[in-house]
Amino acid sequence: MQKIGVFVCHCGTNIAATVDVKAVVDALAKEPSVVFAADYPYMCSESGQNLIKDAIREHELTGVVICSCSPRMHEVTFRRAAASAGLNPYLVEVANIREQCSWIHKDKAEATEKAIILGRAAIAKALLNAPLIAGESPVTKRALVIGGGIAGIQTALDIAEAGFPVDIVEQKPTIGGKMAQIDKTFPTLDCSACILTPKMVECAQNENIRIFSYSEVESVSGFVGSFTVKIRKKARYVDEVKCTGCGLCTEKCPVKNVPNEFNLGFDNRRAVYIPFAQAIPKIAVIDPDRCNMLKNGKCGLCSRVCEAGAINYKQTDEIVEEHYGAIVAATGYEISDVTRYGEYAYTESKDVITSLEFERLTNAAGPTGGVLLRPSDGKHPHTIVFIQCVGSRCVLEKGKPYCSKICCMYTAKHAMLTREKYPDTEVYVFYIDVRTPGKNFDEFYRRAAEEFGVHYIKGAVGKIVPRADGTLDVQAADLIMDEQLRISADLVVLAAAIEPSKTARKLATMLTASMDTNDFFTEAHPKLRPVESPTAGIFLSGVCQGPKDIPETVSQAGACAAKVIGLLSKNKLTGNPCVAHSDELMCNGCSSCANVCPYGAITYLDKEFRMPDRTTKVRRVASVNPAVCQGCGACTVACPSGAMDLSGFSNSQIMAEVDAICR
Amino acid sequence: MTKIAYYPGCTLKNKARALDEEARAAARLLGYEFEEIDEWQCCGGAFTTSRDEIATKLAAARALTWARDHGGRVVTVCSACYNVLKQTNAAFRTDSEFAAKVSRYEKTDPPYRGEAEVVHWFELLRDEIGFDKLRAAVKKPLKGRKIAPYYGCLLLRPSETLAFDSPENPTVMEDFIRALGAEPVRYAMRNECCGGYLTLEDRDAAKKRSAAVLSSAVEMGADCMITACPLCLYNLTKNAAGPLEIRYFTDVLAEALGLKEGGENA
Repeated sequence: MQKIGVFVCHCGTNIAATVDVKAVVDALAKEPSVVFAADYPYMCSESGQNLIKDAIREHELTGVVICSCSPRMHEVTFRRAAASAGLNPYLVEVANIREQCSWIHKDKAEATEKAIILGRAAIAKALLNAPLIAGESPVTKRALVIGGGIAGIQTALDIAEAGFPVDIVEQKPTIGGKMAQIDKTFPTLDCSACILTPKMVECAQNENIRIFSYSEVESVSGFVGSFTVKIRKKARYVDEVKCTGCGLCTEKCPVKNVPNEFNLGFDNRRAVYIPFAQAIPKIAVIDPDRCNMLKNGKCGLCSRVCEAGAINYKQTDEIVEEHYGAIVAATGYEISDVTRYGEYAYTESKDVITSLEFERLTNAAGPTGGVLLRPSDGKHPHTIVFIQCVGSRCVLEKGKPYCSKICCMYTAKHAMLTREKYPDTEVYVFYIDVRTPGKNFDEFYRRAAEEFGVHYIKGAVGKIVPRADGTLDVQAADLIMDEQLRISADLVVLAAAIEPSKTARKLATMLTASMDTNDFFTEAHPKLRPVESPTAGIFLSGVCQGPKDIPETVSQAGACAAKVIGLLSKNKLTGNPCVAHSDELMCNGCSSCANVCPYGAITYLDKEFRMPDRTTKVRRVASVNPAVCQGCGACTVACPSGAMDLSGFSNSQIMAEVDAICR
Repeated sequence: MTKIAYYPGCTLKNKARALDEEARAAARLLGYEFEEIDEWQCCGGAFTTSRDEIATKLAAARALTWARDHGGRVVTVCSACYNVLKQTNAAFRTDSEFAAKVSRYEKTDPPYRGEAEVVHWFELLRDEIGFDKLRAAVKKPLKGRKIAPYYGCLLLRPSETLAFDSPENPTVMEDFIRALGAEPVRYAMRNECCGGYLTLEDRDAAKKRSAAVLSSAVEMGADCMITACPLCLYNLTKNAAGPLEIRYFTDVLAEALGLKEGGENA
């Protein structure tokens, strides 16, 4: 005889304002097998949990139904409470009467009726619950960080500092990311490279850190605690061990006209190159698309000048397989395509540039040696117009609906630095809003506007017209003065929206980590679990999760490392017992389940079966690896013979729920 | 010779007679027979269609229905006709209430639902004939001419509906000019409004717009400007003055193809 206890939560007024909680208690108390029913203002509070525990003991409950918020919120809380009272935690059932009922309905009578029906369905399911025992799995004490920008660097350093080995995989030949290209950092104006490069060196020197540069993640399998990752080390055509980074090859290479990615194409590099002076690792790489030797076998100059004998034209991509307990996504961002905004004439004029290009033009290690010269004629610009929100906060399909968050501050920085270095230059900033929340941020912006005389204009630029005399006719609206403006500018700087790395979507698929519509990784909880992906064992660091500046990225990287350290310091993980299992007698080995399984948890075995006539027969049957299965249930739907079933969400339980709802 | 339904529009039968004749002549040379729609009526111009009622769109609806029943396509030369026909056609496709109302009134059988395709002569040149073929057909290349293409607004906007070319940085007229052997002049005002119908209500405002277009082209070194729109031509010649010669695109096309006597502007 089953004894079910029903507990209905008010959630303050969250539920009680729309659902008549007392009526739900009364209705559910009359359901068969229900021996106890009660309501409480906050069931998740300690006294609410005590109410559940006491009822379990007093009424010797065999199942518990809690009508409250989504099971994503507090299922774990209630399961723990039940377990401490001696009830198997998987005998607890949660009916979601908040997100799926009170929050979305207005009519109290209708919402109450729906809450009762949801409660009934949960009781029907609870009656068929069976006690489940979670298995355990080991933890590989090594972490993988994907992306070697400041987010990945800081996460790796913090994990390594705690004593765990960590690998960084970076697709470019060097770590450092965007921060290496930036000139100064706001709001303190310290030199970006000066604070970044020591961290890069630390990564190279820390014995717990391995750097896979010029490498990409090829595939990921496994689950939290034991991931197996294949990493493609792209052919550099340079022996990493032998190369001393002397750079002689990069001086002798006869191919001189390759646009230099690091300087955003403002100058050229050779076909064999080291991205920049402080690159880590400082190892040359040959560009196979431009190298004459690799293209047509004619040259070989670098090989002849290399004293270390490091050049190897026969090198091929290498796939290495590594095992990890945790994976961190730190794939960062890219500058969005400003050519979609034809009115800004980016493709029409060399003197319309993006803010990142402006960073290179003012950087002492940049193509102009830090002297601000305009790209078209190398002359000093006397009027500069900065346009903010180019692609950000744009509801059109070509733009991004979100605020890129960093542009207001870096534009204030650019404007201030320009006025400081070149007081004869007039600087205009067009903005929708100036957003400067952050420590010392607003003070910084006000200094730019008030002390440095930057002209801040609330308004939008409608069109930029390149003139025959080389100037740019900027046509704009000043929304406060309500007038049309024409500014004759020498240089226009576009604060382009930032967007997640193009590689992120592919990686998310490999990691089975969810993303939002803008391709930012989704966190497990926007407030309470901001550095974890909903997929266990996957963690998020930096802009891949959402736009953020350097201080915020570094904070998040540290938080992410703390979560990884917490995981790696465990010896064993308790698994999820709600996994699929196959009834071998019903399975006909059709492979439908394996085809839909996103985790690769299903394999096939040839098993001997005893037939009615006492002969034996070998049949191919499905077998689920419970450690890999995530309990998504896709296989149970796909299985044509009904052999696949999911513990805790069995086919009969789902049918019982549906029956209860339709009653 | 490919037959295609042709909607000339009223300006092409009056003030811009040459636009009509030269477009047809060039089409014949390049393998197209423009078949004038029976009893076509004035499209109303873009001005009247801005009002939210169906009466102003009936002329376009009739032309579109005729085109559906005569080959499925209709070609235009005038920017305004193109704009009105294409926008009306889009309304048939997306606004079922509008389509039903027109069909009830017109008693079209079967009801018209936007089946016809509206194409501009430029689109035929670009997408079907191809500029390479046009280049090969040119008898008198316009060598050394610096021609400023003037798109105006009616060819390009609203860009989602017209889908003619990029609304900010279009290229079809530049490619057309190159095919004729001349040099296209890139200037910023090429897709800005000439003043349009504003000339009726606020002539000074229209004058400012036209002057800005002209001076921008002159500044970039143009010696001639071409347009597909009679209204643009009117504003650019009557509301502004400059050293620039303003011509219909069909005029330079006919000249390059050797269809004009003497090869000079008629």
